[in-house]
Amino acid sequence: MTTHIDDGLWSAIADPSRRQVLDLIVSNGGVSASWLAGRVPFSRQAVSKHLAVLERAGLIRRRKQGREVLYQIDAVRLDQAARSMAELAAQWDRRLVAIKRIAEAAHTQNKRRERHDEHAPGR
Amino acid sequence: MPDLTISREVVIEAPVDVVWRTITEPGQMSEWFADRVDLVIEPGAHGYMQFGDQGGPVVVEVVDPPARFSFRWNHPLGEEPAVGNSMLVEFTLTPEGDERTRLRVVESGHELRDWPDAEKQRYADEHSGGWIEFTDRLATLLAKRQPE
Repeated sequence: MTTHIDDGLWSAIADPSRRQVLDLIVSNGGVSASWLAGRVPFSRQAVSKHLAVLERAGLIRRRKQGREVLYQIDAVRLDQAARSMAELAAQWDRRLVAIKRIAEAAHTQNKRRERHDEHAPGR
Repeated sequence: MPDLTISREVVIEAPVDVVWRTITEPGQMSEWFADRVDLVIEPGAHGYMQFGDQGGPVVVEVVDPPARFSFRWNHPLGEEPAVGNSMLVEFTLTPEGDERTRLRVVESGHELRDWPDAEKQRYADEHSGGWIEFTDRLATLLAKRQPE
C-alpha cells in the first residue's frame, strides 16, 4: 500500500536518543561507547542499548582497534533509510498533485457550465 | 501526537467544496489514490482500498465537510485500527478566497509502537516539525562525511 520500510529500520531511527547517537557517529566517524556516553544526556548503559539497536538495524558497524571497540555508520544502509522516508513523502506529493489536477479541472468545467447556463435561452 | 509524521501541502485553484468532493467521493478517490475504493464517508465506516493486486482495510475517522477528513489504514487484517497499529491520514482544507484552497495532508503513526509514554512525549516535544528535516540533516551529514 505504501512504500515498505522494514520495522527494524523505522524503530531504530524513530527514537530521538538513538538519532542523537547516530548523528554523533555520522559526524565523528569511528567512536567508542564511552566517548559517546560523554556527549549525551543519558547513561552509558542507555548508550550501549541504543548502539545494539542501531547495529541490529544495520545502521552502524563495529570494528576493533587495539583494545577498543569503535562504532561507525553503514553509509549504504543510512542512505537507504533516508531514501525510504523521502519516498513516502514523495508518494503523498504525487497524490496531492493528482488531487490538484482533478479539482482544478472540475472547477474549470463547473465555471464553463455556469457560463453556458447564463446564456442558455429560457433563463 | 506528532511522531514520524509526513506533512505535505498543496495550493489548489478551486473552491473548497470542489476539493472536498475530490478527496472524499469514492469515485474520485480512485482517480488519485487507490485503484478501487469501497468506502462510505461516515465516521467509523469500514472500507477497503485496492492497489493493483494488493489491498487493505480503511476506517474513516473524522468527516467534517468541507474542512477535515481523516482515515486510518495499514492496520493488521482482522484488528480494529487504533493508535499504535495503523497510520492516520488527515486532510485539512483551508479556503483562501472563493477560488483557492490550501490542502494539507498529514500521515502519522510510523513511530515505534511500543515506546513508553514518557519517551513518546519527549519525542513529540522535540519533533513537532515532523521528520522531513531529519532526512535533510541526514543527507547533509552524508554529504560531508569523512572518507574512512
